[in-house]
Amino acid sequence: MPSIPSSDAGPALMEVRGLRRHFSVDGGWFGQNPRALKAVDGVDFSIIKGESLGLVGESGCGKSTLGRNVVRLDTPTEGALLFEGTDIATLSASELRRFRREIQIIFQNPMSSLNPRMTVGNMLIEPLRLHSYGDRASCQRRVHELLELVGLKSEHYNRYPHEFSGGQRQRIGIARALALNPKLIVCDEPVSALDVSIQSQIINLLMDLQDELGLSYLFISHDLSVVEHMCDRVAVMYLGRIVEIAPTHELYSRRLHPYTRALLSAVLVPDPAVQADEIILEGGVPSPIDPPKGCHFSTRCPFAKDDCSASTPELVEQHPGHWVRCMRIDEIT
Amino acid sequence: MTDTVNGPERAVRKSQFHLVTTRLRRKKPVLVCGTLLIIAIICALVPGMFAPHDPYEQSLLLRLKPPSFMDGGREGYFLGTDHLGRDTLSRIIYGARITLLVSLLAVAVSTIAGIAAGVAAGFYGGRIDSVILRLIDMQLAFPVILLVIAVVAVVGPSLTNLIIIMGLSGWPRMARIVRGAVLSVRGLEYVDAARAIGAGSWRIMAYHIMPNILSAIIVYASFELARMILLEATLSFLGLGVQPPTPTWGGMISDGRNYISLAWWVAFFPGLAIGIIILTFNILGDELRDALDPQLNHE
Repeated sequence: MPSIPSSDAGPALMEVRGLRRHFSVDGGWFGQNPRALKAVDGVDFSIIKGESLGLVGESGCGKSTLGRNVVRLDTPTEGALLFEGTDIATLSASELRRFRREIQIIFQNPMSSLNPRMTVGNMLIEPLRLHSYGDRASCQRRVHELLELVGLKSEHYNRYPHEFSGGQRQRIGIARALALNPKLIVCDEPVSALDVSIQSQIINLLMDLQDELGLSYLFISHDLSVVEHMCDRVAVMYLGRIVEIAPTHELYSRRLHPYTRALLSAVLVPDPAVQADEIILEGGVPSPIDPPKGCHFSTRCPFAKDDCSASTPELVEQHPGHWVRCMRIDEIT
Repeated sequence: MTDTVNGPERAVRKSQFHLVTTRLRRKKPVLVCGTLLIIAIICALVPGMFAPHDPYEQSLLLRLKPPSFMDGGREGYFLGTDHLGRDTLSRIIYGARITLLVSLLAVAVSTIAGIAAGVAAGFYGGRIDSVILRLIDMQLAFPVILLVIAVVAVVGPSLTNLIIIMGLSGWPRMARIVRGAVLSVRGLEYVDAARAIGAGSWRIMAYHIMPNILSAIIVYASFELARMILLEATLSFLGLGVQPPTPTWGGMISDGRNYISLAWWVAFFPGLAIGIIILTFNILGDELRDALDPQLNHE
């Protein structure tokens, strides 16, 4: 049994081991008792080549922080990020800059992810220049190629971001991420700021690009139906930890963790015959500054017993490829 | 995909510089203010070509004569004379040199120092930010005039010293404004995106942060220019600025102050010159900011 939840379809492209990201929060007037905000608190998973791994969870559960750490816009407090065997969590600044081409990110808000004072052409040439792609003419050719790849026109080259609609801007963001031919792209809620009609265009674009270029995605979202449509596997996060990870069809048909059940039962099914027999959660998410002892979900879990807050459950493989973090899993399923 | 973009297609867009100058030339206020500024600069460079009299020539017979267009005015003394019988117009023309030199260079010093400190504080944050903020607070808590008097008393009132001291008196406010602007831009996703494609800190500051905070800097610098002209006037008045008989606009106002009820023109016309030049810079600064903004519709 592998120690890290992974798909058995090939060797891992990216392996995240024991990732923690704690932020220190001021305590007291002079910061005598600094406390830690545990945004990501021990996360393990891996992504294989050509795979999309969905990452779902409520706001504030740490999924964006996890994504930022994977692209190294943030530095993990602890843990390893093995990209094709190299630990990118410990790279020096100059090594990291060279490495940037391998992993790129697409942001949530297309309004603030493009520099308003830069033309689209300059924006897309910048990564090529930084990584010495070639002379001016070949860089420009590549930019025109990229524009075409994401469904924009060559004549958009000299335009500024404000001249585009939200969906077009997101395409520019995707083109920028693709410029360096990355192997892995972290999509941080790439469609949640867009109109529903535009969402599907962008999702389809991302899926086409994946087929064409053999990309892997870490797809962060709170939209469960988008994730179901888009991803091969799904990880469910709660308060900085992964509570369940499984292939998509497996997770959606056989949800095991009480939190996953609650989350999925919040999805509306357009069928009046379907009975809502699922869990409705009460209360809010506890603060990640002082998360509950033991199982983080124990304060809201309808099945919680005293043991649940006594010790921390581990991720255990219940079915092939289906991992769950719950100590009472055998009793409640 | 809907085409939301209208307007003529241009296969090749002209260079940024060319674009900005074309936009500026289309505006009337820019033409008016630009002409005024050019006149002022020519006066500063070659005052002898325009001045009708020697600005240092005194004449007790001609003291406090009103402008030539008023009753009692003397032919050839268009804006009247001061208490030593010197021609006001000639002194304003000669005064443009020192006044513009001192105030422009002082603004340059304060803007450069302010941007450096403000960007460092806003971009790096943490300890650097705290140190710079404390320095700003320290200097702001100290009255500017007192500070300048103290420094001039130590190093002497030369023109170079004056420019440097006046410049350094202005950096804290500029640094505060720049720091705030950097903070509001630094957290945006396009800065993260630049880092993700491998841009270094200098590149991010120069290409992604500076262009987006430039409008705040331009506007504040044009206000700062007005403040510098007034500060120079104050210092001249206190005897710490440019030493008489060298004419400066501020110095002329403080000379004329004693005769304001007898001969208002001695103080009024240099004051008018200061007002016009400040307005010119403010309008030009405003228009430059607009011309640099790609989001405004310039078509």
